[in-house]
Amino acid sequence: MPVARAAKIEVSFTLNGAPVTVRALPMARLLDVLREDLRLTGTKEGCGEGECGACSVFLNGRLVTSCLVPIMQAEGARVETIEGVADQPDVVPIREAFVACNGSQCGICTPGMILATTALLRARPNPAETEVREALAGNLCRCTGYVKIFEAVARAAEARRGAAGGVR
Amino acid sequence: MRAWLPGYDLLRAKSLDAALRILADGGGETRVFAGGTDLMVLLESGDLPPGRFVSVWGLPELSGISVTDAHVTLGALTTYTEIQAHPVLRAEYPMLCEAARLTGATAIQNRGTIGGNIVNASPAADSPPALLVYGAEVELISAARGARWVGYDGFHTGYKRMDRRPDELLRAVRLPRTPGGSGAVHFYRKVGTRGAQAISKVMIAALGRRDAAGVVADCRISLGSVAPIVLRCRKTEAVCLDRPLTAEVIAAARAAVMDEVTPIDDIRSTKAYRRVVSGNLVAQFLALLAK
Repeated sequence: MPVARAAKIEVSFTLNGAPVTVRALPMARLLDVLREDLRLTGTKEGCGEGECGACSVFLNGRLVTSCLVPIMQAEGARVETIEGVADQPDVVPIREAFVACNGSQCGICTPGMILATTALLRARPNPAETEVREALAGNLCRCTGYVKIFEAVARAAEARRGAAGGVR
Repeated sequence: MRAWLPGYDLLRAKSLDAALRILADGGGETRVFAGGTDLMVLLESGDLPPGRFVSVWGLPELSGISVTDAHVTLGALTTYTEIQAHPVLRAEYPMLCEAARLTGATAIQNRGTIGGNIVNASPAADSPPALLVYGAEVELISAARGARWVGYDGFHTGYKRMDRRPDELLRAVRLPRTPGGSGAVHFYRKVGTRGAQAISKVMIAALGRRDAAGVVADCRISLGSVAPIVLRCRKTEAVCLDRPLTAEVIAAARAAVMDEVTPIDDIRSTKAYRRVVSGNLVAQFLALLAK
């Protein structure tokens, strides 16, 4: 079979609320385009095979591992990284809880942990601990032993419910 | 990244017809790309053969779950997240939902698709044992020959081989309604190093029902990671069918399944362990059915 010679393509999408257009090879990983071309280095590379969750981003509002997304599939999509999510009002209490509970040590897993926690708490504001463990099962941390992370999620859930005036 | 990226072209199909034309024009060399949860892993490790791919991600013709009196039909792009959230699937096909819940973790479940899981054709995939037991059929479509439905049992013809021509796309999977009827036992277990992310060492999907006299009226057993293809264990089923579930019958079924599986030693487990666990899982299922 002759080896294909892919040409660079233009891909336009919404990144953290603003339109962007990049030129890249179609199979380039969203992870690399974010970090190398767009200089958003909050998204980390851990395993590069979808096992560790460090490269998590939101794609059209859903948590995905950006190492497994070819840039071509970002065309027309809404992409949100930790840089765009961290200051959102319902995410600030999650960030603060991770700091307060020492839920972050070396920090490589933290952006992914914050995004996975955000996805969880937006769907289930009052999760049981088993639900927290399942929601974060795709995010590996080699520092904390997870207990402090689970504490941070519980604290964040409580703070978010308080901030919402107990309505949620 | 061990792959040389210019060697991989990825075209965007704007419709199902466009995707089928690209597959037809590619002389059998163009490969379908959906959620990327298998292919991108191979790309990263340098194990994905270079060439041309067509992305079908987002095509409405391949998306969505529809329900009729006779079937539930899942578009090939139905994700594991969508499977777990669907009320009819949760009520009638609990093993498929459990398989979806145990595939990867949230981020993978948002991208991995049922069609991709089938055509990736891994004998260690989580949902195929449930699909086999639920009597699934798959729809294949091509520009040249239109659509055809085939039974999922028999679709995989050998390790990573299947009854799919190079220009064919898997469009949908359908399941007959209320498998086993009310009162059926649905038993799904995945044995691996952990629930999330890990690929299984052995897994079972089994469905059974006893009649009023306690005799086994329905018995379907499927095992994953124990043969070149996901295995429907018909010899083991025959040991149980039309019999009461005595200790002798359960022991005979355990022996039968240990004979029926053909596991191998690999990085995840051993032949001997897989054989013993296959027997244990069948015995566990039958003990539950006997209650």
